[in-house]
Amino acid sequence: MTGFLVRRLLQAVVVIIGVMAFMFILIHLIPGGEARAVLGPRAQPVAIAQFNKENGLDLPLWDQFVRYLWNLAHFQLGRSYYLNQNVTQLIATALPKTLILVGISTVFAVVVAIPLGVYQVVRRNKPEDYIITGASFILYAMPAFLLGTLLILWFAIDIKIFPTEAPQAPTVLGVLSDPLGLVLPVLTLSAITIASFSRYMRSSMMETMTEDFVRTARAKGAAPRRVLYVHALRNAIIPIVTLLGLSLGTIVSGAVITESVFNYPGMGLLAVNSAFREDLPTLLGCTFVVTIATILGNLLADILYAVVDPRIRYAKS
Amino acid sequence: MQNPEDLVRATQQEQDGAIAGETGPLEDLDALSKELGGGPSGGDVVSHGGLGRRILSVFFENKLAVAGVVVIVAFLLFCYVGPLVYHTNQTSASQALFSPDNAPPGNGHPLGTDSSGFDILGRLMYAGQISLLVGFAAAAIASVFGALYGAISGFFGSWLDPVLMRIVDAFLSIPVLFLAIVLATVFRPSLTVFILVIAFVSWLIPARLIRGQALSLRQREYVQAVRVMGGSRTRIVLRHIIPNSIGTIIVNATFNIADAILLLAALGFIGLGVPAPQTDWGSMLSNGVNYALDGYWWEIYPAGLCIVLVVVAFNFIGDALRDALEVRLQQR
Repeated sequence: MTGFLVRRLLQAVVVIIGVMAFMFILIHLIPGGEARAVLGPRAQPVAIAQFNKENGLDLPLWDQFVRYLWNLAHFQLGRSYYLNQNVTQLIATALPKTLILVGISTVFAVVVAIPLGVYQVVRRNKPEDYIITGASFILYAMPAFLLGTLLILWFAIDIKIFPTEAPQAPTVLGVLSDPLGLVLPVLTLSAITIASFSRYMRSSMMETMTEDFVRTARAKGAAPRRVLYVHALRNAIIPIVTLLGLSLGTIVSGAVITESVFNYPGMGLLAVNSAFREDLPTLLGCTFVVTIATILGNLLADILYAVVDPRIRYAKS
Repeated sequence: MQNPEDLVRATQQEQDGAIAGETGPLEDLDALSKELGGGPSGGDVVSHGGLGRRILSVFFENKLAVAGVVVIVAFLLFCYVGPLVYHTNQTSASQALFSPDNAPPGNGHPLGTDSSGFDILGRLMYAGQISLLVGFAAAAIASVFGALYGAISGFFGSWLDPVLMRIVDAFLSIPVLFLAIVLATVFRPSLTVFILVIAFVSWLIPARLIRGQALSLRQREYVQAVRVMGGSRTRIVLRHIIPNSIGTIIVNATFNIADAILLLAALGFIGLGVPAPQTDWGSMLSNGVNYALDGYWWEIYPAGLCIVLVVVAFNFIGDALRDALEVRLQQR
């Protein structure tokens, strides 16, 4: 178990350094360099030289990279020249909002998808099964921006049940105190996850039903209901943990869209707006933080997987 | 080696037994076990004719796949032949000034006009050209590059494999949309840059898949034989590993087209799409959403429908190809 953990952690560290190196290269690829981006296209060479000196941009590349890593390790993500604000501060206000949106949506998706998948196995090859499969296929193919738009059109404009925007309150508590405003964003973000998770749950459950222990349980005379919910379900749920980890990136990408559709001031909207303003420090800061969060989430899912399934622990060590 | 026909017959007998024994929803667990454990099921195997014909017959047995092909062909005709029949102005904004803005369907504009006065039906064709072009081109580049990268990584192994794969891991851990937004911001977007950006975020999965294939293929006797005969490593990768992974490559490329079109649409929707006067379905949708409160439905539904139809069609084709290529080849 410890060996597995250590190896997995080391892997995550290597990947994080790789991501940092990539970002560092990108910063140096801006046409004309950072100085021109800040000082404008008409800046005098003297001013550019001075800016470079002040910001350590005249140092050798390896030296700059080490400083860059050092700063990132201390969560110094640079300065947004456009907003004249510290990027870390910008992210500190945006990150909790995205975490809430992603968290609620993921929990909601899992809570809906697992019973749905089980129900499909119980009623397999019956009309209910086909209807749910069809519906999840449509949801799966429906891009978040289209679904969000349609939800706004139908449930905020045609029938005025929900607001057209997500809660705009500056604090997390303020956002949570407006549950009505969160309904449509959460539905939008969780739709794809529900679709893919329920499909996966269905096949995982079907596969578990062929296992020897299910046959043994039946041979012992366990009631069908007990076999289904106690023996099969508990084992079929395990791979969902891994799937959850793997889906984090997709969910976060979905959050970018959802936040743009519903004008929800989280990391995604911050990134999109920074892209419009060509505010690269903020954009890269957002990307970096989101990537770290995704890697950590993945790591957590792997650890959780090893905890709930002893077979993994023994096989890998 | 087992004769495939015997195998299929045996499977079918097993299945017939399973179906005969079917009872209530919870009582037929062992029937289900048999049904699922009885190996891959399929339709009739056409035992005569070449492998290619067999693959095609399995593919076209799948009704959804046929529907997918029909939809894609229809869209190709719509987008590339349509403008030859249905002439509209889609490039000159000043000329569009003479058309009414946001006009409802009818009056010479079957699907109305958008906020700049462009005819929407014509614009769907024009935008579709871009969406399809970007989808195909990005998927092609990503598949070729990813396959080569994966094959090299898996075949050469030793120190190179972990290094190459950690690079893939690093890029894969950046959420796709963030990566695409960053790239689209750093590099000035033009159509070519868009294709490259989307290819850049799409080559990672094929690289991983083909690397897995290469790992197992390099152990095969025929690869060993080429080595013994003194065949170069380049030859092994290009003539043996890649051709033997072609099924996986094609299946993945099909899904990649769908994903590329979706990604372009997503970028277009958030306003980072292809630069004007070019447009894509996502940008059209984004444009229409600005007028959602005014009830201009014709600016939203048609573009949305195009995206969903094309993406679903490619997914159906990909699923069927996977059944036809991968399962069939393994069963051989």
